[in-house]
Amino acid sequence: MMMAVAGTETVTPLSILLWVALPYAAAAVFVVGHVWRYRYDKFGWTTRSSQVYENRLLRLGSPMFHIGILLVLIGHVVGLFIPRDWLYSIGVSEHAYHLGATWIGSFAAILTIVGLIILIYRRRTVGPVFLATTPMDKVMYVALGGTIAFGAAATFMLQVFGSGYEYRGTISPWVRSLFTLQPKPELMADVPLMFQIHVLFGTALFMLWPFTRLVHVFSAPVGYLVRPYIVYRSRDEQRGTRTKRRGWEEVKPPDPEKLRRL
Amino acid sequence: MKVMAQMSMIMNLDKCIGCHTCSVTCKQAWTNRSGVEYVWFNNVETRPGVGYPRGYEDQDKWGGGWVRNKRGRLKLRSGGRFAKLATIFSNPKLPEIHDYYEPWTYDYDMLLNAPAGEHTPVARPKSLLTGNDMKIGWSANWDDNLGGSTETIQEDPVLQHMSEHVAMEFEKTFMFYLPRICEHCLNPSCVASCPSGAMYKRVEDGIVLVDQDACRGWRMCVSGCPYKKVYFNHKTGKAEKCTMCYPRLEVGLPTVCSETCVGRLRYLGLVLYDADQVAEAATVEDETALLESQRQVFLDPHDPAVVAAARSEGIPDDWIDAAQRSPIWRLIQDYRVALPLHPEYRTMPMVWYIPPLSPVVDVVANSGNDGEDAQTLFAAIEKLRIPIEYLAGLFTAGDVAPVDAVLRRLAAMRSYMRGINLNGDAGRDESIATAVGMTGAEVEEMYRLLAIAKYEDRYVIPSAHAEQAAELEELACSLDYEDGPGMGGAGPFGSSSGPSVPVAVENFHVLADRQTADRPSTPGRVNLLNWDGKGNASGLFPPAPTEKSDPERDASSPGGGQ
Repeated sequence: MMMAVAGTETVTPLSILLWVALPYAAAAVFVVGHVWRYRYDKFGWTTRSSQVYENRLLRLGSPMFHIGILLVLIGHVVGLFIPRDWLYSIGVSEHAYHLGATWIGSFAAILTIVGLIILIYRRRTVGPVFLATTPMDKVMYVALGGTIAFGAAATFMLQVFGSGYEYRGTISPWVRSLFTLQPKPELMADVPLMFQIHVLFGTALFMLWPFTRLVHVFSAPVGYLVRPYIVYRSRDEQRGTRTKRRGWEEVKPPDPEKLRRL
Repeated sequence: MKVMAQMSMIMNLDKCIGCHTCSVTCKQAWTNRSGVEYVWFNNVETRPGVGYPRGYEDQDKWGGGWVRNKRGRLKLRSGGRFAKLATIFSNPKLPEIHDYYEPWTYDYDMLLNAPAGEHTPVARPKSLLTGNDMKIGWSANWDDNLGGSTETIQEDPVLQHMSEHVAMEFEKTFMFYLPRICEHCLNPSCVASCPSGAMYKRVEDGIVLVDQDACRGWRMCVSGCPYKKVYFNHKTGKAEKCTMCYPRLEVGLPTVCSETCVGRLRYLGLVLYDADQVAEAATVEDETALLESQRQVFLDPHDPAVVAAARSEGIPDDWIDAAQRSPIWRLIQDYRVALPLHPEYRTMPMVWYIPPLSPVVDVVANSGNDGEDAQTLFAAIEKLRIPIEYLAGLFTAGDVAPVDAVLRRLAAMRSYMRGINLNGDAGRDESIATAVGMTGAEVEEMYRLLAIAKYEDRYVIPSAHAEQAAELEELACSLDYEDGPGMGGAGPFGSSSGPSVPVAVENFHVLADRQTADRPSTPGRVNLLNWDGKGNASGLFPPAPTEKSDPERDASSPGGGQ
């Protein structure tokens, strides 16, 4: 499969590295990293909120950033994972999509960036918050800020003020090709530099993800909507510091229900 | 009927001298760590006063507890599930560190290492959050003994809710102490507020706990608790709260705050209750009816039907026996002198209080009258509306009748027992007891429980079960954990990384190291741990004198001291 595309001029070793090897490595680190972190460091799996230190700026910045980034996430899902032909078939034309993606996307980008600026400003200027910032937080801010900055720059330069770049013909199929395990790095060769840098920053962010406070994304408490309000747990459910290994369960009398069925 | 057992506490406020021993021992046991400097699982407030955190009882501001909505159903005051998730990025009702206080230390080093100079060196206060110099302006009991309360007293939410004349008559001052721990409610709003489902009520004994591995730091429990007894550890990013010292209770010991209480005013015991009725009881329309509806939820442990139902729920017999001997049951239902703290929050709190008679007695005694005469005291209880309205604001959602009744019983006990002390059997005045609806024998029993207060009467704590004992963490010799014994050493990511080591295993390694080390850690020390009691342990006795005496050797081994 790789041999088939290796002959074409647009596939260089560098493009294989950047658009095939790196994304798969990032995916591996992302998945394995999360499994490891969950098993090894449940205690460290938290939002590490600093709201008790300072609330005035957080009250403004945090909802702006989070709502903005959720809109951005939805935009990326629609733009990257839904083939344009599907949207055409339900009547969303290229022009309509472009208008929607550009304007809603710009709104979400501004919301996210302003929120992030407020939060970073707060983190740097409020003493206790700055002291509670770990080195990993700082690395994460670079990756996250870079991803958002270049993504927004690409949108504004090319989509809003430029002629409009048709990424659903190149970047989106490339992303889907990664998921179908038939990577097509040649699709990324002629993508504008801004988008390329955005993708690379994003890849780096995914690799860092499991080792930062970003893991709290995966504990979004949607289960709260359906569980009963009061939770009861038995002392006996988890006694000791470790769950029993298979084959080492304690002695129990046989289930009388099962005996009756014999 | 679903019978459940609840470990609960009652505090007799008349005996509290406000010494804060409970707070200090609790802090030493549980919260002397970084990140929880400002956390007091147990605190003692002076009342009237603003409490800790400042003004926590103002639920219009903090939104804790439950409210009954127009359709007659309970909902969380600060909003239900959707409202919680909508505000998850910034909790609108979270107290900031300044509503508690900014924790500090002093640069003590200055006192020891300052160079000689003209002025005495001073240890300046340093913030534990920023490390900078700070001005101390508030703490956990800033208005202790009404200190500075002329400035802050009007912030007391209970006073604000009382009628107007109180503010004017405040110069007729009264005060008492209110020690507070987590209420371990039957209908806990903190548990209901937790989006992660990390907080839970233990089935066996009703203790409300935070699963530290499942907490994700959303902070909704802090807002949800109307007593503000869930705290946010700002270093670990997790919620922490009073555990009712469950590792101690499990082995039959009282909590640290109870054990160290010098006034011996705390009572611990089980209450059986009907879990199916809790929600209904918490929903009654009239707030002043909540006290009675909560009493209705408790089940009489002497009732054979209740005992049978408890057995069928798997409650062990010794727990049922403990519930029958429980001082909690006697004080709440038999003598009816204990009242819950703020029943109007509708959480069904399970730490109850015997309101103090002392503000009334003090007024009577200071006015030159007999502070132990039943009729004088009864009249004073009628007349002294301010302290009684205030107590009602704390304990009965503003209804003075139950507070009146309790204080009359306490006054009657005081007066009845004085008669016996002065005149022996001739002094028994049964009419005092009947005036408050009791018999003389009951009054004497109550006196024994409240005033004599023997250790075994105050604490009736059934231990966790013997057949489960091997599994309890502190007792376990479980070697079944990752890497097992003998692997030792630190986790792969530095010391103290990886899952926690059971205490028993840690001890095992310490002992093994000591026994197998080349040289004893303390020379001349005898290890009796590997001595079976037969023969002599090596080194236990000095070497027997040999025939040819060697003076040099004898001098080097002083007799017996090895």
